[in-house]
Amino acid sequence: MTIGGAVSFAHVALALVLAPFLLSVINRTKAAYAGRRGQPWLQPYYDLGRLLRKGAVYSRTTTWVFRAGPIVGLAAVGTALLMLPFGRAPAVISFQGDFILFVYLLGTARLFLVLAALDTGSAFEGMGANREVLYSALAEPAVMLGLAALAKRLADPAVPGLLSLSALHAAMTADVWAAAGLVVPLVAVAWWVVLLAETSRIPVDDPTTHLELTMIHEVMVLDHSGPDFAYITYTAALKVWLFGGLLVGLLFPLGVGVPGLDTLIGVAAMLGVAVAVGVVEATIARLQLPRVPQLLVGATALAALAFVLDQGGAR
Amino acid sequence: MTALPRLTNGHPVPLADVPHLDVPAFRQQVLDEIRPSAGGFLSAFFGLPTGDRVGLYAVISYPARGVLTALRTAVGDDYPALTPEAPQAHWFERELAEQWGVVPKGHPWLKPIRFHPSYRPGKDAWGRDPEEIRPGVTEYFRVEGPEAHEVAVGPVHAGIIEPGHFRFQCHGEEVLHLEIELGYQHRGVERAMRGGPTKRSLHYAETLSGDTTVGHALAYCRVLEGLAGTPVPFRAQVLRAVALELERLANHVGDMGALAQDVGYLPTAAFCGRLRGDYLNATAAVCGNRFGRGLIRPGGVGFDVDPDRAAGLVDRVTAATRDVVGATDLLWNSTTVMSRFEGVGTVSHQAALDVGLVGPAARACGVERDVRFDFAFGGFRFAQIPLAVMTTGDVFARAYVRRMEIERSGEFVAAQLRTLPAGDLRRPVGAAQPDHLIASLTEGWRGEICHVALTDSGGRFAAYKVVDPSFHNWFGLALALRDQQISDFPLNNKSFNLSYCGHDL
Repeated sequence: MTIGGAVSFAHVALALVLAPFLLSVINRTKAAYAGRRGQPWLQPYYDLGRLLRKGAVYSRTTTWVFRAGPIVGLAAVGTALLMLPFGRAPAVISFQGDFILFVYLLGTARLFLVLAALDTGSAFEGMGANREVLYSALAEPAVMLGLAALAKRLADPAVPGLLSLSALHAAMTADVWAAAGLVVPLVAVAWWVVLLAETSRIPVDDPTTHLELTMIHEVMVLDHSGPDFAYITYTAALKVWLFGGLLVGLLFPLGVGVPGLDTLIGVAAMLGVAVAVGVVEATIARLQLPRVPQLLVGATALAALAFVLDQGGAR
Repeated sequence: MTALPRLTNGHPVPLADVPHLDVPAFRQQVLDEIRPSAGGFLSAFFGLPTGDRVGLYAVISYPARGVLTALRTAVGDDYPALTPEAPQAHWFERELAEQWGVVPKGHPWLKPIRFHPSYRPGKDAWGRDPEEIRPGVTEYFRVEGPEAHEVAVGPVHAGIIEPGHFRFQCHGEEVLHLEIELGYQHRGVERAMRGGPTKRSLHYAETLSGDTTVGHALAYCRVLEGLAGTPVPFRAQVLRAVALELERLANHVGDMGALAQDVGYLPTAAFCGRLRGDYLNATAAVCGNRFGRGLIRPGGVGFDVDPDRAAGLVDRVTAATRDVVGATDLLWNSTTVMSRFEGVGTVSHQAALDVGLVGPAARACGVERDVRFDFAFGGFRFAQIPLAVMTTGDVFARAYVRRMEIERSGEFVAAQLRTLPAGDLRRPVGAAQPDHLIASLTEGWRGEICHVALTDSGGRFAAYKVVDPSFHNWFGLALALRDQQISDFPLNNKSFNLSYCGHDL
């Protein structure tokens, strides 16, 4: 296992600070499409601050599981963040096979969120938990197969350690795009769908709706309040950063080799992802829920196609 | 078969001319008149106690012929229910049982609808203690089984809407059955209207359902004018029609935006949210109130529109309607939206006839009913708006009927304002004729609004019956949800957009 340098730590700090801002960018993009000015740029931070100052209300039917949900979720997603390479620098933690832990940490966060939802005994939350588990189970293979396709493509018998996000990040260059044909674009499309699904955006979920019966993520967290809800909101923002980072860091690793400048390019690319999410939300309607699995299975199929297409393997 | 009197919309008939039949004959004749081949619909069915018996009055409308009729009977504490043979009577009979403690025997699902004590003390159809009656506390239809589950929504909702309770019996995401329980906003309007008209009555009518202020106020004023035989000045009739269409425009446009919002389609939602305000402001430019309060007055209208203002309104309405058509066309051209609208929440033509749907919900199922067309009144006698009918009966059809009505109402309003007739605004309304029955139909934006008044020997209201279109259509929503995704409920609900307080009265 390697521990990254000061730049890697700075990137984690940057993610922790900037993640809520991505939500703001998405929101402002949608507002621009709707002809509105939109909320203040720092609104997500104000919201988090407000929630943190509030007290939390707990139903008598809930147990410690309900209280643990938001904390475990934040901890797991925060840990996953340590494995995300960014701006041509390796992640804080990287080791052979770290992306399996990365995916499982996200799974852990989800597991506790779902358990907390079920713990309330509410019909709404049970329904949301059911949907969340179904859709994430269908989205996970797309992530894994995409990573496998990239690892296979970039594998170099002489250089061990390519089963690591940081190593993939370092190995991915514009030349790979040119040489790999459809592999990288297919993974990019699959991961774009996963990003929209995992971060509860349209066309899979609608983060702005107030209609419980249509919600997936939001309905699971209806009973959380105060700091617990702040953790959940913040975790959701970090997940946007994580999946955006996966897309940007592993597929579009633009850089010039100057540490500070590469960081700025990375941030700009993340903002670009947020704008793209906003554009999707502003221009298409949500899918009917039974159609969501079709979309996710389609993403998995694309990732699988990328995996099998790449018969050449080594460079 | 007894010969039935021929009523026209807004013209009274002496009570003596309303045939009084015995119970079996009454039941059979009502059933005969409202079966689809006879073309009749149950527009109102209500009770009025006389001594220890309860008089039952049925008002039946025939849209294809443009006439109505009325008949009556008197029952004791029970009578054989009509519902098993005519589902149109379902809600009416539950209402009768609740209001007067009369049991319609054989009714398949006899439950209260508004949860208030019986109006006849000591006569409760369910033998309940009046102190123990709570809204929503009743039996519910249940689907049993290891995989069936129940989802309860409301009466407190996440959005800023009215209270109502919805019980879904589900198998996974699929709704097997939806039961709708209302009554949380029962205020006793019909009871308060009795003994009227007083100066409060008009206010009650305007607030029956806030988004249908003009529709209900118009139905009420036409009751007074009809009973007194007061002709309304032509200019006032045209202004009333304009106000009614502006109300329709504002609400239909709001619904289009809400439908887009529910499927997460931002452009139309944003446009329509703004454009709805343009129509409300047009109404406010006429009378100072965005919902048209104070505009419709007995004998005419309370406000005039001078030529400059009329010209300004024409421009505003024309521009807004053009924008709405553009904004809603985005929906039809978006595949993601159409995949959410088409084939969702379908109500069959037969079901629409059976339960007696009204308004856009009925016209979306190919049922050609529109009071403005069938029972033309006021300004609509001189300038007609074509019927907007679709046949698929799904969310798309309900949306598209609105889209057609928006365009046609916009044209109607502009045309009427360009050619406003000269003349008075208001004429004093005389005393109501005693011992008469009058049925006043209006096409509110949700559909047929029916007000029926019976006057006593002094010309006061012995009974005042209000049937809001929602009263007919709530059960249609429950039918639309059968075998649908529970996540599509909000969309279906919005496509009907029914009134809670209009139902609860």
